[in-house]
Amino acid sequence: MADLAQLPARPTASAPDALTVSGLTHKIGDRVVLQDVSLTVPAGRLVTLLGPNGAGKTTFLSLVTRLYAAQHGSIAVFGHDVRKESSAALSMMGVVFQQRAIDPDLTARQNLSYHAALHGLPRKVARARIAAELERMGLTKEADRKIRTLSGGESRRIEIARALLHNPQLLLCDEATVGLDVRSRADILADVRGLVRDRGMAVLWATHLIDEVGPDDIVIILHRGRVMRQGRAAEIATALGADGLNDAFRRVTEAAA
Amino acid sequence: MSPAAFFRCFRGILWREVLRFLQQRSRFVAALVRPLIWLFVFAAGFRSVLGVSIVPPYQTYILYDEYVIPGLVAMIQLFNGMQSSLSMVYDREVGSMRVLLTSPMPRWFLLLSKLLSGTLLSLAQVYVFLLIALAYGIQLPPLGYLSVLPALLLSGLMLGGLGLLLSSMIKQLENFAGVMNFIIFPMFFTSSALYPLWKVEEASPILRDICGFNPFTYAVELIRFALYGQFDAFSAIVVVACMVVFVGGAIVAYDPSKGIITRVRAGAPA
Repeated sequence: MADLAQLPARPTASAPDALTVSGLTHKIGDRVVLQDVSLTVPAGRLVTLLGPNGAGKTTFLSLVTRLYAAQHGSIAVFGHDVRKESSAALSMMGVVFQQRAIDPDLTARQNLSYHAALHGLPRKVARARIAAELERMGLTKEADRKIRTLSGGESRRIEIARALLHNPQLLLCDEATVGLDVRSRADILADVRGLVRDRGMAVLWATHLIDEVGPDDIVIILHRGRVMRQGRAAEIATALGADGLNDAFRRVTEAAA
Repeated sequence: MSPAAFFRCFRGILWREVLRFLQQRSRFVAALVRPLIWLFVFAAGFRSVLGVSIVPPYQTYILYDEYVIPGLVAMIQLFNGMQSSLSMVYDREVGSMRVLLTSPMPRWFLLLSKLLSGTLLSLAQVYVFLLIALAYGIQLPPLGYLSVLPALLLSGLMLGGLGLLLSSMIKQLENFAGVMNFIIFPMFFTSSALYPLWKVEEASPILRDICGFNPFTYAVELIRFALYGQFDAFSAIVVVACMVVFVGGAIVAYDPSKGIITRVRAGAPA
């Protein structure tokens, strides 16, 4: 298994890791959903959390965002423990949930304003950032339309804009492209990669779609609540003697079946 | 987080509640029509058969339709409290709740902001109702419209707190409808909203005892006395105590580490 500490981290090698998780175990009822999960998302990097449906990705992200409290193990965002310093940790992360989490009866601008208020942003700052994010997403014209009148891709981009409003340094995306057409998926993924490149943002991209993984990305394969492999996509394939990540993923998940 | 950031957060939550309320015009109409039917139909029918003798806070013999006003005011707040909670369950189903709960503000503050926003909305509904009642000819002491405000705040927070606590235990919207039937109607009918407790006691001492255990009775009495410029200390104590229990319970239930909410929704994030 590759040591993530040896992977190049941007912007500086001495920057604290965006996300550090160690020994995370979580049960729902009697079912162990996550078992001894340890992983790191270096600052300024995109890390893909790759796993089939039911692997535990959403539960993992729910624990990181403190929707649930972790039963065992620790989670830190830029050094802030999410349990003890939840306010500091939550203010540094933006989240795009798997399930749509946007009020369909409010307009895009109203949804964004609500989010800005929840983060305590002053009105002037909020207005400026909302305008900037909508423009960056190419959705300025849709600002005053109700979410239920927007396409799936548009409302997803509004959710990404919302996650960025408070200038987080870590973006968590849980199956952010699920249910979208090929073009919308590609646009959203390109946009998120741009955030890493241009803003030096760290991103944890949870997906079950192998084609969303770039050859140089850090990949963490999660299966049945356990981290099976982590490292660069190409390195994982080489270590397993597999013909690419697709083959490596199949081998890892089938071996554990 | 600075105090200004807390204020902005509260303002944002209130603003969203107001927006949603304005969008649901039928909710506003229903909130008014319900007590008005009781006033125009039920109370008008009973006016000739049921008078209320001189008991505090009344200083003279009053007609039945004046007697039921505090109960109907509290009914508006009870429905509003349950409606706010219903919207919490709805938010959870459509995912908006996650946006709220991943705010960096403390969870207790977010819940209290939701609660206070819902209570402020109920005040607007109550005053519109009192205005219509006034136009109908039910005149309360002019200062009563002002002196009732703190009582309305307390009763609104208590009833909203109860709704908040219930919302933490409800898995789906469908279940909530049942709870509304099992909570709202029993609370309303086993209280002093429709009949004075001494009259209830004449009919059934057991029913009188049940009414005495019902927090809604004390919300009604607190409002009744306040409408006539008087302070019912015992009712105030009971209302505040119940408010603390309900709101405290809701805060615990929504706490990710202690909450029963995690157990209720095992497998489905907030």
